[in-house]
Amino acid sequence: MRIVGRAFVFGDFIDTDVLAPGPYLRKPLPELAAHCLEALDPGFARAVRPGDVVVGGIGFGIGSSREQAVQALLHLGVGCVLARGFARIFFRNAINLGLPVLCCPDIEVQAGSELDILPAEGRVLDRSSGRVFQAQALPPRLMEILAAGGLVPWLQARRSEPRAPARNG
Amino acid sequence: MSQSLAQKIISRAAGRPEVAVGEIVVARVDLAMMHDSGGPRRVWPRLKELGARIWDPERVVLVSDHFVPAVDAESAEILALTRRFAAEFGIRRFHDMQGICHVVLQEYGHLRPGMFAVGGDSHSPSGGAVGAFMIGIGATDMLAVLITGETWLRVPETWQVLLDAPLPQGVCAKDVMLKLLADLGMANEYVVFEYQGPGVAAMPMEERFVLCNMSAELGGKTGIVPPDETTLAALAANGVEVDAAWLSLRSDPEAVSRQIVVQAGALAPLVAKPHSPAQAEPVERCAGERIDQAYIGACTGAKLSDLRMAAAVLRGRRVAPGTRLLVAPASQRTWQAAAADGTLRILSEAGAILLPSGCGACAGLGAGLLAAGETCIASTARNFKGRMGSPEASVFLGSPYTVAASAIAGRIADPREFL
Ligand code: SF4
Repeated sequence: MRIVGRAFVFGDFIDTDVLAPGPYLRKPLPELAAHCLEALDPGFARAVRPGDVVVGGIGFGIGSSREQAVQALLHLGVGCVLARGFARIFFRNAINLGLPVLCCPDIEVQAGSELDILPAEGRVLDRSSGRVFQAQALPPRLMEILAAGGLVPWLQARRSEPRAPARNG
Repeated sequence: MSQSLAQKIISRAAGRPEVAVGEIVVARVDLAMMHDSGGPRRVWPRLKELGARIWDPERVVLVSDHFVPAVDAESAEILALTRRFAAEFGIRRFHDMQGICHVVLQEYGHLRPGMFAVGGDSHSPSGGAVGAFMIGIGATDMLAVLITGETWLRVPETWQVLLDAPLPQGVCAKDVMLKLLADLGMANEYVVFEYQGPGVAAMPMEERFVLCNMSAELGGKTGIVPPDETTLAALAANGVEVDAAWLSLRSDPEAVSRQIVVQAGALAPLVAKPHSPAQAEPVERCAGERIDQAYIGACTGAKLSDLRMAAAVLRGRRVAPGTRLLVAPASQRTWQAAAADGTLRILSEAGAILLPSGCGACAGLGAGLLAAGETCIASTARNFKGRMGSPEASVFLGSPYTVAASAIAGRIADPREFL
């Protein structure tokens, strides 16, 4: 898996209310997604293109366990979220819904830089500056879930395998 | 290799002799808790899609607490669906409108020390109060647990929080957590907060619950209190057959990666300012801030011990004119106990308005929401913008003592003046 896209750079503690604003939670996903991150960057939803990368600071995704925070980013085609640190429920939800997320403690890129990312190795190349950053590589189990497109398709595939072996009793 | 208490529980659940910090492992789940908001209505359609059944309905606890009692047809439908789900999947441990999930889970003795448990709610760390390892997960994660009975997790490091003395009068677990939030912030990921020391030993279970519950605000994976005699007595009172071996559930000292000492004897009440629990400051810095509403509610702040703290301040006094005090006891059993011991009478004589048990205004779904421009002080865990009604409202967080004192003064007040 390889992700190439432009960087959209945000700060620390991007919370689930900014990613999936409460007033639009009951609306259909396309409408909710149109308001994703608008409190910080009103043009974000219109500017982002498939494969683009959201870059954040520490505490990315803090707040509630709502999965719409991830679904909105996926709907807009975001290819990966790179952050110095993630709120753990957001991190899990992202993997489970098939959005690559990489924890990269010293990431430092300019908005609009072209990034080239290899999640399984945790390698992040900023083609615009030539700098390379080392993120925490995603382990095989999580890569498997991402490759399947998320936990539901992964479970589906596993269930249709003839008698998947039971794990540790 | 030395192991923390959390590592020991995870190792057992993963079927491994030991696990290393940072490693991602797959663990078998002893207990899964869901509520009406993130549970059946989210997982049932996907269970159908996959043609799957629940791996073990006896290990599932289902609680209706977020949309109770129904305020519109939409919430009534969610509650009806939750009941149908319990019947369809044979979930016998279904608590319908009996109180807030994290509280009910312990009241009914579903949690045991050493369990590896998951909850479809971000405050699931509350389960650590009994010495269980319990983490919050999202709906897709829950779906996978329901089908496979297992989940993946990154093995967290353990930070020990040592309360070096019992807390002074008028100061409680909520203040400890606001202090930690002010000092440590909210981005302490992949950390288990293990609470210990004389200050914790002196705390009743409901106070330990608050320590673990608000570990979620610290950003931690969970919180845990190693079981002691208080734990065993409380479990026995809730009908659990107690095993003395639980007293040996401890971290190896070398497995603790950081120790934080809280000088508990010198701690004073704190208040978190809008719109973040980490904006906590000593109460005197916010004192005098006029309030429209005081809210004693939520799993964090409306258990029996919380109501008693409020009553200690409110006894023989009246809520200030122009201010409303709303009290939503955390569970039906809390209601009954507080009715039996006279606590509710003290609250109501002081002018409190009593509301049904459930998440209520804490989740922004039930009674007690705020209008634009209004100011509230609440005993809840979170004060993010818009959580309790209008995004233009201001919510301060404080202990039940502080909320009650502020209700009397009509302004944010130091409860120690009233005790
Ligand atoms: S009372 Fe509040 S914090 Fe507790 S479970 Fe309900 S919504 Fe969450």
